[in-house]
Amino acid sequence: MKQTKEPAYRVLTGPEGLLPPAAAIMGIRLPEEGEGLVEGRIVEEEKAMEAAAIAMLTRKNPTLFPGPLMIWGWNEHTREKAKPFFDVAHEIPGVRIIPMPDYRPIYPKIDPEAVINPCHPNLTIWHNKIEACVFIGVHCHFANITLKMIRAGTNCYTIALCAEAGHEDAMASVPHFNAEKLQKFAETLRRVKKNGVKPLYEGKGIIPSGWAQIAGLTGADITKPEEEMVEAGVQSEFAHDLERGLDENEE
Amino acid sequence: MSEGVEEEVKTNPQGDVITAAPKAPKEEAKKGAAAQRVVDPDYLFLQAPREKTFITGSEAAKEAIRRANVDVAISYPITPQSETMQQVGYLYAEGYLKDYYRGEEEYGVMSAIAGASRSGVRCLSATAGPGLMRGLEVISSWPGGRLPCVLLIMCRVINAPLAIQPDNVELSYMLNTGCLLFHAENQQDFYDYALQAFMIGEKPEVTLPVAVAVDGFFVTHARGWVSLPAADIKLPPRDCYHEAVPMMDNENPPIRISRDAPIQKSNFISYQMHASWQQEIWAAQDRSRKWIDRWFGGLIEVVNPKAKIMIVASGSAVSQSREAVRQAAEQGVEVGLVKIKSLRPFPTRELIEATDHAEKILVPEFNYVGWLAKEVKSTIGRNERVISGPRVFGGMSMPTELILEYIFGSKQY
Repeated sequence: MKQTKEPAYRVLTGPEGLLPPAAAIMGIRLPEEGEGLVEGRIVEEEKAMEAAAIAMLTRKNPTLFPGPLMIWGWNEHTREKAKPFFDVAHEIPGVRIIPMPDYRPIYPKIDPEAVINPCHPNLTIWHNKIEACVFIGVHCHFANITLKMIRAGTNCYTIALCAEAGHEDAMASVPHFNAEKLQKFAETLRRVKKNGVKPLYEGKGIIPSGWAQIAGLTGADITKPEEEMVEAGVQSEFAHDLERGLDENEE
Repeated sequence: MSEGVEEEVKTNPQGDVITAAPKAPKEEAKKGAAAQRVVDPDYLFLQAPREKTFITGSEAAKEAIRRANVDVAISYPITPQSETMQQVGYLYAEGYLKDYYRGEEEYGVMSAIAGASRSGVRCLSATAGPGLMRGLEVISSWPGGRLPCVLLIMCRVINAPLAIQPDNVELSYMLNTGCLLFHAENQQDFYDYALQAFMIGEKPEVTLPVAVAVDGFFVTHARGWVSLPAADIKLPPRDCYHEAVPMMDNENPPIRISRDAPIQKSNFISYQMHASWQQEIWAAQDRSRKWIDRWFGGLIEVVNPKAKIMIVASGSAVSQSREAVRQAAEQGVEVGLVKIKSLRPFPTRELIEATDHAEKILVPEFNYVGWLAKEVKSTIGRNERVISGPRVFGGMSMPTELILEYIFGSKQY
């Protein structure tokens, strides 16, 4: 049955409350090819990309969250997205790249500067005061549960660039997102800047986040003993347990 | 054998002669499976030319499985499901399935299906009544594991005094598991829903198990006309790399949940994660509406949409209601009918719109508890219009006269 009128519910930046509903249950439907979602409304794909670009350029601490389908080069589809992904990153001044490398629970210890985890994504958002973020390459189930938790407790504008059908629970989403659309998103970022949108962090590049990225940039040997790492100033206060590995059964 | 000695004839308890079991087909028999070609689901469901054939519900299910490109079927026999899975066994022997076996009992069967689905292959099981009850704990865990598979349910009595006769009270237990749940009216539906269920459940935005129910015996063991496309076409194989969770990944949830229950700690973070996870299951159900609309032609079918008296039914109660509608028309009274094809997701908006004008709404059912009437009452406004009945149970059939009594409010029928 075709939806005859728009649902009243809007998918807005939070904090929405203790337990917001799933947007799909509130009548928000997924976009078709060529369409996108902005705050729960179906729009043209280009409009959704524009909304996402403006949010990433103008809100505080914009962050890209690449998931396992983006960061691990396990097939051609993933590998061909790597370059346009960095093209996008370079168009967002002051952007951080914090991976969701997998979905293994790392509770109760997490380095929120190094990773985001679907069991408690809000910790990473809160710690880094992130007000705009992009999820890309995250399996749909984990993207959706993450997006709902972020909407519940943070004021972060969430964007889901999805290789499959898209995400109702994000403030902006575009489905069937491939390398070509990533390139188009980089072009959209360039266009909105050209049209007068002034980036909040103009002049800045990618901001390294987490001990591994910082170590990589400073040339420190991350295999050195912990004491030397602290001396070298490349280890954050959260890194100590992550580095050694976690007791996954610890309560 | 010497002359004058009679050959022993084996019979079953009803006195029917037991014929020899069919021999395993030779390689020749597997040619049909080998010659099948993959086609687009839209073509198979909606466009391929069809021919009518007069077959039982069990045979209709067999024809669906023949075209479904199923990898593995696992089940445990129980009446009235056994015949269907026996038919599926023939398909295995003919090369249409890669694996097929009988589990130890239903708990084990449903667990094995979970494992098979997690490995990324297309899975089928079937059960009935008490078998469903036995497997229910595991079945309830399938949606949270985001495990696409198809479970055929041939409804029968579950409660004491035990009987094998038709009664669909078991579907009330399935309503809240998170599985998609379709209720077939007849043999044609059983073929179509069972085949389409695979593709709906495997859509990336859905990634859920699908149960396709039918009323035992009335449909499984009775013949009806079924339009079938050619047997040389089949669905594309399951593509588990385009689903909502990673399959074949023992380090990550949801598979890892079985290992160390990682998100079940006693704190708010864990509660919130679990809550969001549950919400996502029901959201995924909602996303299946698009595909049900596309392939079923809607979650409901409406007959005589302007009638002041409407019947709302699912399963074989729909067939009885169709006849009651016809008989009422002979008496000069127009009665409408809403056939509910999908119980989960429930056609909330559709039902509200289809019954908004009605003055009286009957809900005939084949169970004592009236689970469909409760669903209808909790969905529509002004629910004092809903008459919860007529209902029969324990194996009884539903005479159309019984429905007419409810329509006309008299015993003359």
